[in-house]
Amino acid sequence: MSAPQQATALIKPEILYTGLFIVGLIAPFAVYPTFLMKLFCFALFASAFNLLIGFAGLLSFGHAAFLGTAGYVCGLMVRDAGVTPEIGILAGTACAGLLGWIFGILAIRRTGIYFAMITLALAQMVYFIVLQVKATGGEDGLQGVPRGQLFGLIDLSDNLAMYYLVYVVFSLGFFVIYRTIHSPFGQILKAIRENEPRAISLGYDVSKFKLIAFVISASLAGLAGATKTLVFQLASLSDVHWHTSGEVVLMTLLGGLGTILGPAVGSATIVTLQNELADKVGSWVTVIMGAIFVICVLAFRRGIVGEIQALIRRAGIR
Amino acid sequence: MEIFGVPSALLGSQLLVGLINGSFYAILSLGLAIIFGLLNIINFAHGAQYMMGAFIAWLALTKFEINYWVALIAAPLLVGLFGVILERTMLRKLYKLDHLYGLLLTFGLALIIEGVFRDQFGISGESYEVPEALAGGIHLGFMFLPIYRAWVIVASLTVCFGTWFMIEKTRLGAYLRAGTENSQMVQALGINVPLLITFTYGYGVALAAFAGVLAAPVFQVNPLMGSNLIIVVFAVVVIGGMGSILGSIVTGIGLGLIEGLTRVFYPEASAVVVFVIMVIVLLVRPAGLFGKA
Repeated sequence: MSAPQQATALIKPEILYTGLFIVGLIAPFAVYPTFLMKLFCFALFASAFNLLIGFAGLLSFGHAAFLGTAGYVCGLMVRDAGVTPEIGILAGTACAGLLGWIFGILAIRRTGIYFAMITLALAQMVYFIVLQVKATGGEDGLQGVPRGQLFGLIDLSDNLAMYYLVYVVFSLGFFVIYRTIHSPFGQILKAIRENEPRAISLGYDVSKFKLIAFVISASLAGLAGATKTLVFQLASLSDVHWHTSGEVVLMTLLGGLGTILGPAVGSATIVTLQNELADKVGSWVTVIMGAIFVICVLAFRRGIVGEIQALIRRAGIR
Repeated sequence: MEIFGVPSALLGSQLLVGLINGSFYAILSLGLAIIFGLLNIINFAHGAQYMMGAFIAWLALTKFEINYWVALIAAPLLVGLFGVILERTMLRKLYKLDHLYGLLLTFGLALIIEGVFRDQFGISGESYEVPEALAGGIHLGFMFLPIYRAWVIVASLTVCFGTWFMIEKTRLGAYLRAGTENSQMVQALGINVPLLITFTYGYGVALAAFAGVLAAPVFQVNPLMGSNLIIVVFAVVVIGGMGSILGSIVTGIGLGLIEGLTRVFYPEASAVVVFVIMVIVLLVRPAGLFGKA
């Protein structure tokens, strides 16, 4: 599942990212902040997922488990243990990372399609546990999580303050992913994706690299989930459901597998679409999501960002 | 009468439920394994196609008064035909790509099918009457055996072993096995491999629909009945490995029984026991019980 990533630069990446960063800073004055917060949480979630599929070639069909678990842990810590939000977020992220490590050791024993099925099955197990354990509130989810005061100082019940926290979290997470991809570690992941036997014969401990990538990806997915819980003040059962695991695959596929900005673009598209369609078409949302899936796989495998990059490259050649 | 401190009627009835679930696991994982063998695709829509089978039976009875026995033949044929169309129009385009795209495409198809049925029928579920010839039950002394449930087990085992026989002992099955080993070579020998692939996908899908019709009177006919089941079946497939037809059948039934026993002795864990076994198998024998390492 490779996709070309070197953006033949009409615009230098530094300028592009600085520009986007500034847009993000002023965005809440133009767009409803809660919507933006949701968007950024899913953008981080999808970017974390993309680290695995796009750069290590591992399709995880269980990423909802990390998003959801971190959300529940963060919610419980903040609501019941009374810790400040940043501790809650860190605790959620750590738990997701730990869970990712467990998933990772099991799933990397197999490759390809089996890897996807194992992650899906493990995530389903997490779903049943969350459903049955009393602390999580079962089908009602975890409700009434206070946003609290960041570092005990900044009141997050103010939407704008919350927005900038989410924005900082997203930017940090995105930076970690960007650095990971462009590090020697990221290069080795790509080598594994392209030709695993060769990577092994070059002396790389392939399983170890896959496991580290999995843990990073799971932790960042958890970071997104924990933050999301604070934004909406609830952790719901749907966050751990396989539908969410499928959704993040769709976002990444639509935006462009293995592109850096693709997952963010894809999740922005899907979240917007869901927001717009939810009231109008009801249960047809699932059908539309499925149709986008089918179209992407059959005719649009490079995704939005991948197609744009290909266009730019073609223009550059000419 | 008690066994291990559990009333035998309870133990018996849960083992029966386990055996029924196990037969469904067996049929579904068998279909997945056959499709995977030749197409190298994991058919995520398998659950949705199982659900379609159940709904066709229900619709046939309630809207057109077509009885169970006709539905048992017609629904697999219809859904199998639907599968053939899917293979010819969509799946065919993916064989040269990474296997994961097949999984993603069929996932999308599953969402579409499920969404359409949810929109049409809601999620509350419909009940399907047990056909008259199979109504009632027998007192076995230690437990009550509903005839329909016995029929489900017999019918699905017959189909499973029939499929096994067809694959292992007939000429068509020999083509199929050869195609699984090396499809280019088989094509070079003058066998129409694309047609064989289409037939295989259609047959695998028809198996799912057959299981769906069998399931209709046992479970509620519900648009979500397939997706909940298929994830467990994926775990079954990981446990058994998809290398062996007989292995899929044995693993499916065995896991159903274990699930039934868990429901007796530790009900809280019954939803996750298959996944726990998957974890253990992955740790001890990563290639699966019947898989080639």
